[in-house]
Amino acid sequence: MMGQQKARPLSPHLGIWRWGAAMTVSILHRITGDGMAIVGGLLLTWWLFSLANGPEYYAMFQSHMSAWYGYVVLVGLSWAFFQHFVSGLRHFVLDVGAGYEVEANNRWSAVLPFLSIALTAAFWAVIVYV
Amino acid sequence: MGSGTHLGKVRGLGSARHGAHHWLIQRVTAIGNILLFTWFLLSLTQLGSFDYDTVTAWLSSPVSAVLMMLLCISAFWHLRLGLQVLIEDYIHDHGTKFGVIILLNIYAIGCGTFAVFSVAKIAFTGAAS
Repeated sequence: MMGQQKARPLSPHLGIWRWGAAMTVSILHRITGDGMAIVGGLLLTWWLFSLANGPEYYAMFQSHMSAWYGYVVLVGLSWAFFQHFVSGLRHFVLDVGAGYEVEANNRWSAVLPFLSIALTAAFWAVIVYV
Repeated sequence: MGSGTHLGKVRGLGSARHGAHHWLIQRVTAIGNILLFTWFLLSLTQLGSFDYDTVTAWLSSPVSAVLMMLLCISAFWHLRLGLQVLIEDYIHDHGTKFGVIILLNIYAIGCGTFAVFSVAKIAFTGAAS
């Protein structure tokens, strides 16, 4: 019995699924959510702490945020927010038991990453130009 | 728990004895985040400038200060629940999991309180300094 290592049937595993839009949106929801949970939580606290600490401390915060790496973090966080926002709305639809039809589910899942990029671009366009 | 109704199991007493509480509060704080972050991002687009005087003047108004405090509470509560799921999914050793959950609580409750206190200080004294 111990020596017999015959190939036994396996249950469907991550490795044999064809990658799809719903899986992409699902893992993006986790990555953006947990990314914001750490980076965004710390940055929000630092921002408010800087403001509470007076103009000189806040100037230091602003100098970091207006450097190239500050913009990378801020643009990244805003994209993460909009991606998590739209995939979170998807979860509310799924929570009420709707949107599980394969066609509709795939279609909406495929749209969301583009929607989040468009929302991020729109947000920064308003910040910079308006 | 074999004899309970499905609803009864979900409400209070699944195997973990917490029922759907975690799931439900994650949704409640998600709705809070939708409302509060919509206000926050719209406010950022309306500020015009991010200099110290402009931002503290904005945060010193009672409505802004209260909404920002609520945002901090809702966001840190939500992220605590989300990171807890991440930890439970990927850390399987009970001792390590316990330690990391403690660190998560220190982070979420600590930073959340710190952020709320900062808003209070800005609202009560910030505009003057």
